[in-house]
Amino acid sequence: MVARQNTIPRKPVASRIGHILLWLVLILAFLFYLMPIYVMVVNGFKEAANVSLSTMWSFPDNIQSGGFAEAARKLWPNMQNSLIMVIPATIISSFLGALNGYLLSKWKFPGADVLFTIMLFGFFIPYQAVLLPLVRFLQTIHLYGTIPGLILCHVVYGLPITTLMFRNYFAGVPTELIEAAGVDGAGMLTIFWKVMLPLSVPAFIVVGIFQFTNIWNDFLFGVTVVPNPASQPVTIALNNLSGSFSVDWNVVMAGAVIAALPTALVYIFLGRYFVRGLLAGSVKG
Amino acid sequence: MYRKQIVVSIFLLASLLLSACAGAATTTEPPAATSAGAEQAGGGKLEVFSWWTSGGEAAALDALFNTFKTYNPTAEIINATIAGGGGSNARAVLQTRLAGGDPPDTWQVHPGYELLGQYVASGYVDPITDLYKSEGWDKVMPAGLVEQMTKDGQIYGVLAGVHRGNGLWYNKKVLDEQGITIGETLSIDEFLGIANQLIAADITPLCVGDNGVWASAQLFENTLLGVIGPDKYKGLWDGSVSFDSAEVKQAMETYGNMLDYQNSDHSALSWDQAIQKLMEGTCVFSSMGDWAYGEFVKAQKKDNEDFGWVSHPGTAGSFMVVADGFVMAKNAPNKDNNTLWLKAIGSKEGQEAFNPLKGSIPARTDVDRAKFGPYHNWSMDSFAKDTLVPTVVHGSAAPADFQQALNDAVTTFIVDKNVDAFAAALVKAAQASGFAK
Amino acid sequence: MSTSELVKTQKDASTVSPPRSKRPWLSERLQSFLLLLPSFIATGIFVYGFISFTIYISLSNWRTLVRDMSLRQPLLANYADLFAMPRWQADLRNTVVFTIFFMGISLGVGLGLAILLDRKLFAGTVLRNVFLFPYALSFVVCGVAWRWIFNPEAGVNILFNLLGINPLLAAVGVGPLQPGWATDPTILLKVNDALALIWPAAGKLQVQFGVPVAMIPVAIAASWQLSGFVMAMYIGGMATIPEEVREAARIDGATEWQVYRRVLIPMLAPVTISLAVLLLHTSLKIFDLVYTMTGTGPGFATDVPAIFVFEMMFKATRYNLASAGAIFMLIAVGVVIIPYLTSSLRKG
Repeated sequence: MVARQNTIPRKPVASRIGHILLWLVLILAFLFYLMPIYVMVVNGFKEAANVSLSTMWSFPDNIQSGGFAEAARKLWPNMQNSLIMVIPATIISSFLGALNGYLLSKWKFPGADVLFTIMLFGFFIPYQAVLLPLVRFLQTIHLYGTIPGLILCHVVYGLPITTLMFRNYFAGVPTELIEAAGVDGAGMLTIFWKVMLPLSVPAFIVVGIFQFTNIWNDFLFGVTVVPNPASQPVTIALNNLSGSFSVDWNVVMAGAVIAALPTALVYIFLGRYFVRGLLAGSVKG
Repeated sequence: MYRKQIVVSIFLLASLLLSACAGAATTTEPPAATSAGAEQAGGGKLEVFSWWTSGGEAAALDALFNTFKTYNPTAEIINATIAGGGGSNARAVLQTRLAGGDPPDTWQVHPGYELLGQYVASGYVDPITDLYKSEGWDKVMPAGLVEQMTKDGQIYGVLAGVHRGNGLWYNKKVLDEQGITIGETLSIDEFLGIANQLIAADITPLCVGDNGVWASAQLFENTLLGVIGPDKYKGLWDGSVSFDSAEVKQAMETYGNMLDYQNSDHSALSWDQAIQKLMEGTCVFSSMGDWAYGEFVKAQKKDNEDFGWVSHPGTAGSFMVVADGFVMAKNAPNKDNNTLWLKAIGSKEGQEAFNPLKGSIPARTDVDRAKFGPYHNWSMDSFAKDTLVPTVVHGSAAPADFQQALNDAVTTFIVDKNVDAFAAALVKAAQASGFAK
Repeated sequence: MSTSELVKTQKDASTVSPPRSKRPWLSERLQSFLLLLPSFIATGIFVYGFISFTIYISLSNWRTLVRDMSLRQPLLANYADLFAMPRWQADLRNTVVFTIFFMGISLGVGLGLAILLDRKLFAGTVLRNVFLFPYALSFVVCGVAWRWIFNPEAGVNILFNLLGINPLLAAVGVGPLQPGWATDPTILLKVNDALALIWPAAGKLQVQFGVPVAMIPVAIAASWQLSGFVMAMYIGGMATIPEEVREAARIDGATEWQVYRRVLIPMLAPVTISLAVLLLHTSLKIFDLVYTMTGTGPGFATDVPAIFVFEMMFKATRYNLASAGAIFMLIAVGVVIIPYLTSSLRKG
């Protein structure tokens, strides 16, 4: 049975008051949720001399580029680094997760579940517990300080969660499809390629957004694995915008807005699919 | 059906290609230096690692690069800077690179323990004693300074500029309004008296921005110097004076008293925001090194009109050295360019170009004073005749783990003002770090 | 999302593989295993291998830049040192307090918003997207804004004046509302003295156990970022509950409020459990937000284990102590996650 949204039949006065209260709460919540973004955007537009704590709520005197021009100039190389890192990492970890999820849900061998649970634990660990040996390892294989090294980190540590999400998704795909394909003589991988992948577009979107967001926003791996500022992702560069002894706050605020833009845009344009996916049980509910 | 597979395949191919391109484009490995092509004063690379990323600092670094270019016009300079935390982020990255055998050619370093205890002891740097002789630096740089970079008779670094740590800055206009004048020196009692006067007039006396805690640790270290004097202060670092001796505890009490006069939002502000408050007049004094001077300049305040300075109460006659220098990495990929770089730093032109922009004073004593403003001339006078002492807050006087322990102990003290616990914590940390019994 | 594996309300029949007799079972199982092997090996190295190495470091003497891998005697001395440090004790206290506030606020607000949005509303989708939006932003990006918002001499305190709250309070004779937020070192509900009754050493602890009020703004900021996600999960969960269930309850005479309280919320219990586990493990590991927003706070009021490990590792170069801290964090997370994982393993 498809669940519909709750529709309450209209009732008189009590529900009117309730309705007004409802909207009051929602509007307050709306303002509260937008408040920090307002602070960042408004202060990003101010001139350096005008940005101070005491005037943080006020609108800028004149809307020029303020800190945005300089922040964009400074952060653009790092935005590129982030993109070069995030896109391959997202695609590779999603694809591997899809393959793993498919195998673990449709082609289980004895002990698969146990092995998978052991792997899943890797998603929950605090990464501080692996930083030191991780760095030594990357240095040994000459990937330390490089973006491919960072991609490797994100792919490996992203495997557990992408596998889980796809496993859940594929569990919802009826086995009959596989049997039907099997009758036609298709092997395991062919079925994956021809049958499962096309079906899993919603899951790819959800997993892709999830990974994109997490990897883009990562700080710890970026700051530890890539020491060269020219190769660093934008979250670390944002931290670098604050100089060692003195800070241009309008540039920092503008930089924060710029650094947040890609994930924000993804949510604005693809968020609908993301939520729809959640609601449709693309991640099995 | 097929279209989707093609799309997927293209995606995969593209991502693999992108990774490969990324790999090719961002190599931080220095090129396998076969010829090391720097026999001639031209070409080659130089990787300079520092935490000078903003405003005046970056400009000053560029000035040094320009001086270097007069020695080697065609070299490619890799400006590897990492910001944040007064260098702590950069140090972390540096340590990791050194541990992995991938050193930059040269890096920014504070003299004293940071240089000798960390990098020299671990064998990461080469001595440059010869340069001091060949460039004549041993004649123009104060012995007290060079001493902080010497171990077993070998010198391991050259300093670009010297900041003074024990300064007290004040908003002159507010003090004038209150009828208070500050003379050449200020004793602790005088300071406390003035502070009480300000409290009576409903003005916060002391501006502190200790987000990250080091600014408050700096206030403590300055006060410590002011109370026990330079000789005993130096004695703390070789173990001859103990952290729970009567004088040190007295200094801790005084520090505790001073904290009563600070602004209530100190833990939310960074040091430069505290200076901003000073300029706005909401509080009057700030104990800070002279990198604060750059803030006044940026806000176009005038020396001795809008703001003034004096040695931190009780520390007249001492100069707390917070200096920045560079080293020669062992197994530096570009040793010859590195030598030229170090020469550029120690040269008169280099120091005269770097320091006015950085806001510090040159390590050399023979520079053209006209290039520097009133504050710096005052500082250079002091540098020439006062006792030079090392700073623990900026890594010179004690090892990194003691520094951290000090920061932690200060954090706790700010809240509970427990002098005995503070002293005991420092004694324990000094023993653990190995420089006290 | 990931955790809604536990929200299975119907038996999952689709992980059963095709019938044995029709396919070459052994070779396909083997093929499957081999295809999965690289992932398992990668996890083995990057997770379990590295953790083992860190455990070794946590038992060693490595405390300066010079690598010293000899084992420290007595063996667990690093852990003893760790727990004797007032700063670490404060971190543990802070983590407990943060977790309680963070989970309480996130779950409460998330559920509340989900319920409020559980109807046809004008601009309902816009509202939902606005509430979910912070989840997309990085902690570092937001920490800067929150630091300003909670600054005691600016930020929210200015709003209290502007919006007339303080004048109102003044009219009533109560003092103005000007909390110190994250700069306030006050600890409420001090329990050291009470503890000293059963455990004498507690009287001498340098760190006061109780509720550091400075943690509250941090919990608010963290909840702001994650409550949208909680809301989305509850919305998803409610969407899977068939309309018949609500109809049945209404027929039985329940008001809307009772439908929620007696029927829907209990049915959402699996979602709540999954969310609780996710939030708990996030709060144990929290780093970026606290680091950029408040640092360690006055008297370590907002310090957390992740910051401690980071500073010990990279500022103090005390690698053995930092590793001990990291391993403790791992154990804490494990205590929460392993039962969760094993129970889901057994169920499905």
